[in-house]
Amino acid sequence: MNNTIRNFEQMENSRSFVHRSRIYLKETKYEFLKNLRLRMYTVSVITFPLMFYILFGLVLNSNQTIGRVRVPAYLLVTYATFGVIGASLFGTAAGLASDRGLGWLEVKRASPMPPFAYFAAKIAVSMLFSVTVVALLIILGFAFGGVRMPALNVAELLAILGLGSLPFSAMGLAIGYFSGPNSAPATINLIYLPLSFCSGLWVPFMFLPKFLRQIGLALPPYHLSELALGTVGAGVGSITRHWEVLVAFTLICLGIARIGFQRDQGKLYG
Amino acid sequence: MTAIQTSIATSASTTHVTSPAAVARLRSVGKNYGSVRALRGIDFEVHAGELVALLGPNGAGKTTIVKLLLGLIQPDAGRVSVFGRDPIHPDNRMRTGAMLQVGRVPETLRVREHIDLFSSYYNHPLPLARTLACAGLEKIADRKFGDLSGGQRQRVLFSLALCGDPDLIFLDEPTVGLDVEARRAIWDEIRNIVAHGKTVLLTTHYLQEADALADRIAVINQGTIIQQGTPAEIKSLTSGKFIRCVTSIPIREISQLAGVSEVKQDREAVEIRACEAESVLRELLRRDPNLSGLEVTAAGLEEAFLALTKEDNLAPAAN
Repeated sequence: MNNTIRNFEQMENSRSFVHRSRIYLKETKYEFLKNLRLRMYTVSVITFPLMFYILFGLVLNSNQTIGRVRVPAYLLVTYATFGVIGASLFGTAAGLASDRGLGWLEVKRASPMPPFAYFAAKIAVSMLFSVTVVALLIILGFAFGGVRMPALNVAELLAILGLGSLPFSAMGLAIGYFSGPNSAPATINLIYLPLSFCSGLWVPFMFLPKFLRQIGLALPPYHLSELALGTVGAGVGSITRHWEVLVAFTLICLGIARIGFQRDQGKLYG
Repeated sequence: MTAIQTSIATSASTTHVTSPAAVARLRSVGKNYGSVRALRGIDFEVHAGELVALLGPNGAGKTTIVKLLLGLIQPDAGRVSVFGRDPIHPDNRMRTGAMLQVGRVPETLRVREHIDLFSSYYNHPLPLARTLACAGLEKIADRKFGDLSGGQRQRVLFSLALCGDPDLIFLDEPTVGLDVEARRAIWDEIRNIVAHGKTVLLTTHYLQEADALADRIAVINQGTIIQQGTPAEIKSLTSGKFIRCVTSIPIREISQLAGVSEVKQDREAVEIRACEAESVLRELLRRDPNLSGLEVTAAGLEEAFLALTKEDNLAPAAN
């Protein structure tokens, strides 16, 4: 196993830096185009958070406030977090499970593709779609919700949620390695939706029943949303603690994904 | 030390006097999937510039051999080498191309995009236009993969195996499930790459395909290579002829004639496999003056294949 990985690294080294960068760029470009043209991906990843935000943040409740923050600003952040998690999970897990289970990844592995280019492309594209969802929500909030934020805070929100896509891309890779090609989207929804609900991404956290809040405190999306809420002045809890949880969660997920990766190196499909 | 090396060299040269360099080689290779023994002691070589067909029924172990040679899986016993090295050596992937059986290919990418991406992995790929031409894809280069027919999809996968201008190309069941026309189109393209000096290992369960393309055929069944040779040699292994005719002689009576090895009814006619066709024919014509629709053909590759892969032929190897 380790031999295989060492060989991959050698292969990376046998190419010039320019050639290697070109492969990573092309892999990312085509991963982006592939997802952009995939209606199932764009609809579930972009349309749903926008729809929810328009309905609950702009049409209903728009005159109310949560603490000192107006609902359109508060829900802008939580639905943006919700969108980022969806873009990251669907952008990694669904494609990986299908590529693995139905032989496409094997075709790529038989080629001289640097294996990490495949994963890097999925992570980069997930981040790109994440930032896009957040940007679209900000535009909606500014245009129709009367949301006003200093430019610095807008940039901070985009940066936090862009980075925040990483833990969930890592989680997606782990799911992609341990679910079947056709069951992956269902598995993702089964994890994604309850996780989002319990973390207060649909209904603000403080309105959840107490036992759900206790679960939510342990969930990574809660910590990401609190970091993001900080940019509109609604975040609670220790910022360091939130980051620590997210970093630890990322490492655990990468560890699980790595087990799956190594298992696949010796696996056969008949 | 020197003496040992000399003796190895001698034994190697005596066993492969006529063979050019082996590009890919399996030595006593065994592979199990759980309790299933997929390969049992395979010895097999592919030499530079030849097109070898691995011919066998589904589940015989053909794909397993290809995956071993690609370094996608590891053998449980024996040794696998490609270009004289371990198959997972990074330089090998630069020099090989593979067309594998795939359940789903990203459907929203266009043909030219798929080729562009795979070409970028190689150090010295063919120009895009060349790859498109070699696989007959010029007219559909801008179509999305999901909009292609079965034959066109296979041609795209074929182009991905070619685009890096590799020396050794693996084609795993390249025409499975295609109609005759699409199959012949791919055959033409395979002949074309062999004419350009590439080495090709093809797996197939179509006898006709092996016969039409291969310089050499290895017949594989239940994880064992049961016969190797040129298509003509494989065919000659089953002597005998097929006799087909319409006759009133009962089948049971025919089967008792000397020289008849098998008889079966096929619609209105009977099909007789005979090792001495002449004497059988004489007897048939004597007993049934009204015999009609007579055809006599030499046993083809198909018959050879069926004879070779019959269960009872495997009994000694199965131990």
